[in-house]
Amino acid sequence: MSTSLVQVENLFCERDERVLFEDLSFTASAGEVIQVEGQNGSGKTTLLRILSGLSNNFEGDIFWKGQPVADVRDDFFRELLYFGHHPGVKAVLTPEENLQWYAAMHPGVDGGLINGALDKVGLCGYEDSPCHTLSAGQNRRVSLARLYLSHAKLWILDEPFTAIDKKGVAEKEQLMLDHADRGGCVIFTTHHELAIGENIRRLNLDELAGT
Amino acid sequence: MEQIVTKEQSKSADESVLNLFWAVLKRDLMLAYRKKSDLFNPLIFFLMVATLFPLGVSPEPDFLAEVAPGVVWVAALLATLLSMDSLFRSDFEDGTLEQTLLSPQPLFIVVLAKVLAHWMMSGLPLTLLAPLLGVMLFLPAEGMSGLMMSLLLGTPTLSLIGAIGAALTVGLRKGGVLISLLVLPLYIPVLIFGTSAVQAAVTGLPLAGFFALLGAMLALGFVMAPLAISAALRISVSG
Amino acid sequence: MSEKKKWLPRWFYQLASPRWSYDIMGKLLPGFALVALISLVVGTIWALLYAPADYQQGNSFRIIYIHVPSAILAQSCYMLMAVAGAIGLIWKMKVADMVAKSCAPIGATMAILALATGAIWGKPTWGSWWVWDARLTSMLILLFLYLGVVALHSAIESEATAAQSAAVLALVGLVNIPIIKYSVDWWNTLHQPATFKLTERPAMAPEMWMPLLVMVIGFYCFFAVSLMMRTRNEILIRERRSSWVKELVGKQ
Repeated sequence: MSTSLVQVENLFCERDERVLFEDLSFTASAGEVIQVEGQNGSGKTTLLRILSGLSNNFEGDIFWKGQPVADVRDDFFRELLYFGHHPGVKAVLTPEENLQWYAAMHPGVDGGLINGALDKVGLCGYEDSPCHTLSAGQNRRVSLARLYLSHAKLWILDEPFTAIDKKGVAEKEQLMLDHADRGGCVIFTTHHELAIGENIRRLNLDELAGT
Repeated sequence: MEQIVTKEQSKSADESVLNLFWAVLKRDLMLAYRKKSDLFNPLIFFLMVATLFPLGVSPEPDFLAEVAPGVVWVAALLATLLSMDSLFRSDFEDGTLEQTLLSPQPLFIVVLAKVLAHWMMSGLPLTLLAPLLGVMLFLPAEGMSGLMMSLLLGTPTLSLIGAIGAALTVGLRKGGVLISLLVLPLYIPVLIFGTSAVQAAVTGLPLAGFFALLGAMLALGFVMAPLAISAALRISVSG
Repeated sequence: MSEKKKWLPRWFYQLASPRWSYDIMGKLLPGFALVALISLVVGTIWALLYAPADYQQGNSFRIIYIHVPSAILAQSCYMLMAVAGAIGLIWKMKVADMVAKSCAPIGATMAILALATGAIWGKPTWGSWWVWDARLTSMLILLFLYLGVVALHSAIESEATAAQSAAVLALVGLVNIPIIKYSVDWWNTLHQPATFKLTERPAMAPEMWMPLLVMVIGFYCFFAVSLMMRTRNEILIRERRSSWVKELVGKQ
């Protein structure tokens, strides 16, 4: 049996007078790829932000490897890779400098792999151009290159495929499956039709969120 | 045996904290260097405010000499305030602030490095530019050293306190005016002791007490402000 | 959370329930209102009619019976706001947030009252409406601190975020208040040596300070009443979608 990484119990969250979810409980285990589904405004992004520890406007309990996440925050952050709406790329820095900064902030990241990672996301030759000269998709690729660098167990990816071309999407899908096979866990949202559909567990917020 | 291990561990932990501090400092300085306009705007503002006083009140040298300490200090305070809004805003907008908060590294250190970088880009040049304003406002030569020393000790405190305001308002679209409202009352002690130090220097009174007070406030800010800034950042990003 | 539960009394956790707080405040309100009414009426009559006139200032000194209580209250209200804010931050207690939010406008009003009465008092005493007296200046800065908290609160849309941000600001202000006070006092002695101090008087006669004490008690009770009313209002607004509030409103 695979071990549970994230365990969510009785999560309640309201935003602007509206209850997004109530009594939401689920477990994410090692080896799982979980897609959070729901209509626009169903709280997908909010849920991912809560899970990652960015948002604390909720009630309920979240456990990381069986312990309350607030108690083991540093351990949790060490094993977390979060990809949000904003790619977290500085426009005046080059892709390489951006990733070097990320490596400095996250001790688990191997700075030596940066060039290889940029190659893998198809940014070979752009290492030294400032990111504001790159396209939106390329900027997001810079951020996605972290997937190749990080040893984090838990990936939380919010719309990772936006502005990424077909080939790139297929590669990232495979990457997610490989990560799960290595004992990792991926929780993500997307509006894309995925080729790996049958290997994914789905978490539908419209159905789960009681009211 | 065990002790040696823990010592080594703590040593490597110290090193990694230091590395982190340098990495953040270097990055913020590099960002400022590549966007030079942000660097010069507060300085130009500083000069302009000081120009307004002779124009608005009186160009009489005696009068200007008397108000010079206050004018230079108020101008420095406003210039610092003006530059404060950008401290976390661009990081917030492009998502790097989120990545910073999700780092297992101590936020205290990151925040301290960012504020130091900000001070090197605002408070330090202001201090270096201050003698020019002193000359424009007929500040007696004896007051110059007091002016520079008081600014050198006072402006880091201004940056630290201002950063709390910047962190609290970073999630708001229009933070600029609000920051002034939040932060200006907190600047008053620094203003009082800073100006008094310059006045004391002009009249030849001993300065050590003023510098001790400014230093004490800086020490307090150094220890407390990063805590408030970190908490405020987490709240702002969470909202 | 579990260890903390052991050493904190039960009522502390009951306070966390908006409904319980709403009810208990409803029960406490009439008592406080009565005490406030009695002591304010008694104190005012005593102060205006029976307390002796000041040998230096004559009758104009009687304004201290409003000035001093409002100034004291303005300061303690800030303290309460910061402490309530801290409790809200640490224990995520909604009611504490609401108390902190309700404190700000009351405290600001008290500071304005203290400043206005100070100005009115200043006219006969100093001959001008405003003097950069240390106490008045500190009070003005305290008013600015209040205004900052109110402005921050109203600028942030999400209630929870606004409460947390305002709490951090209030705590920062709390740390700064002694420093501000000290620096302003010091600045004042530097620039205006030996001016006539408003309230630092050599031993007031008992017949003068007794009514003052009654007025202070009256002001505190009035403050408690207005704070509870505001907080109850806040609870109803924030909990308006819960069943007990709907029931309550339906009954009326």
